Amino acid sequence: MNESNGTAPETDLWELRLYVAGQSPKSMTAFANLKRICEEHLPGKYKIEIIDLLINPQLAAGDQIIAIPTLVRRLPEPVRKIVGDLRDSERTLVGLQLRLASPVRDGK
Amino acid sequence: MNLPKTPTGIEGFDEITSGGLPRSRTALVCGGPGCGKTLFAMEFLVRGATHYGEAGVFMAFEETAAELTENVRSLGFDLDSLQARKKLILDFVRVERSEIEETGEYDLDGLFIRLAHAIESIGAKRAVIDTVESLFSGFSNEALLRAELRRLFRWLKDKGVTAIVTGERGERALTRYGLEEYISDCVIFLDQRVEEQVATRRLRIVKYRGTSHFANEYPFVIADDGINLLPITSLGLKHQVLAERVSTGIARLDTMLGGQGFFRGSTVLVSGTAGTGKSSVSAQFVNAACQRGESCLYISFEESPSQIIRNMRSIGLNLEQWIKKGLLRFHAIRATAFGLETHAVSLQRLVNGVKPKIVVVDPVDGLLDAGNRRDASATVTRIMDFLKSRGITVLMSNLTRGAEAPEKTQLDISSLVDTWLLLRDIELGGERNRAMYILKSRGMAHSNQIREFLITGQGIELADVYLGPEGALTGSARLAQEARERAGALARRQDLERKTRERERKRQALEARIMAMRKEFESQDLQLQELIEEEESASGELGRDCERMALSRKADRSGPQNTGEAADE
Repeated sequence: MNESNGTAPETDLWELRLYVAGQSPKSMTAFANLKRICEEHLPGKYKIEIIDLLINPQLAAGDQIIAIPTLVRRLPEPVRKIVGDLRDSERTLVGLQLRLASPVRDGK
Repeated sequence: MNLPKTPTGIEGFDEITSGGLPRSRTALVCGGPGCGKTLFAMEFLVRGATHYGEAGVFMAFEETAAELTENVRSLGFDLDSLQARKKLILDFVRVERSEIEETGEYDLDGLFIRLAHAIESIGAKRAVIDTVESLFSGFSNEALLRAELRRLFRWLKDKGVTAIVTGERGERALTRYGLEEYISDCVIFLDQRVEEQVATRRLRIVKYRGTSHFANEYPFVIADDGINLLPITSLGLKHQVLAERVSTGIARLDTMLGGQGFFRGSTVLVSGTAGTGKSSVSAQFVNAACQRGESCLYISFEESPSQIIRNMRSIGLNLEQWIKKGLLRFHAIRATAFGLETHAVSLQRLVNGVKPKIVVVDPVDGLLDAGNRRDASATVTRIMDFLKSRGITVLMSNLTRGAEAPEKTQLDISSLVDTWLLLRDIELGGERNRAMYILKSRGMAHSNQIREFLITGQGIELADVYLGPEGALTGSARLAQEARERAGALARRQDLERKTRERERKRQALEARIMAMRKEFESQDLQLQELIEEEESASGELGRDCERMALSRKADRSGPQNTGEAADE
């Protein structure tokens, strides 16, 4: 069950953080895309924390946030960052290391 | 009328920009690696916090807060303390391309929010982003980055923050990513060049909207308290002129200089070939100043202080006592140890610290070795302007090479010199003697005579040179000539006496001849008299004879036509 087929190691919980700045369209799109991808690929194993830098600007320094929106994979380690509204599911999955970048696609 | 400015507090920079950086605008400071742009930006914040009460935010992309703090500690910048006092925020932004995946649209609001948060938390009026170009290595969407940078600069302006962004020098443009296109108000270029194995840093204002600025490159140094610019043009010719006089320490020279010596605050050049006594003149001048209780700074480019002290002891000058009394300060350094600008700045700093009345630069040629000729004379000009503006009397020595005309100085600074003493060798009769004269001395009646310059065990003395039909003579030639002179005078006196006697003799002879001639004349005269009387009596006889004859021939008294008939009758 735990055998790795080239993707990220299976862990109990994926801890994800999405940094946004208010209710901007880009932020809203990013959240919607993230939610969809997680439901599809990590059902029941993920936790999304939304951090609005307009409310908590001091939190930007911790994860070295420059761009908005930024998705940070806190767990499993190592930390990964994906910048943008996550419209490209493939790239998002590669960024999260839920899927290897081509050519090894047969694992799925 | 003028643009409002924010002073940087960087030595010399505010002077050349008439006030500093444009307030509430973003300035670009660019240059190659190691040119000093990070330091420039940091000093802007530190001085703002310490001198002008303006807090600042330093957003660093390349160095961590700890590294930055460490790097500037040697310059006396205590960033930890400034941060603790909420005068400064160091925010290190790490951009790691390898951990970032990009998908879809994004903007740099994160950066804006961080910066805004930092600015607001301490009420910062100044900000630095060093170097904003790191973003280009972290994100792939260049078009988006450019649009966001434009927005950033506009946003900083709206915030009323005076900011510096730094940029790495590019191949063709000023910066690698052409940041100068977005900065319209002020662009400063820093450069470090190595010429003749000496590195010199330079600053150039490429653009400064609404402010007249000189297009010059300004040399600067990173001294132990930050950046120091020595502006070429800022000092001008506005210094106060002093009428006070200051003794040269050589009584006879004072006499030659209108009886009182140099003007206080003037620039004196002592030039001469090797071994003509330039250092001795300098030392004597310094010695006299110390005796008056004036503090002196002696900058030596050739000899160590102990060597100068030993050498001057041999001519009866005890300089050591003045060092002990704190009146004399030596600054001995090889001219080639630093670049020209470092010398100029260290001199400026020394003068500000020691506050001397007299500065000796021995020899000023030392500076020539530290840069090219044009730089050197510009630097010496600035040094002189600077010293003049502080009323300091400067004595510089200058070594003239044998082949050159002594009036031509190496540094082409002669026009800046107020009093110019020339020392020269006079080779004559198998010996070499020293002579001194005043080539010029502005604003005073001075002697135009050449004096023999004697270095004795009691210091320098000036003696009259022999001036005669054979030119100026010095040394033993002068003594010999003087002896010859005396012998000649005796001979002439004897000659005169002889001539007087002869004249008397001639007069007597002449008188005797006159007497003889007069006697001869008298005897001739007598003879002539007798002759005349004889003649007169003779002619009287003839007349009487004729009458007697006529009477006897019964001649009438008719005309001459009848003479023949009369004769026939």
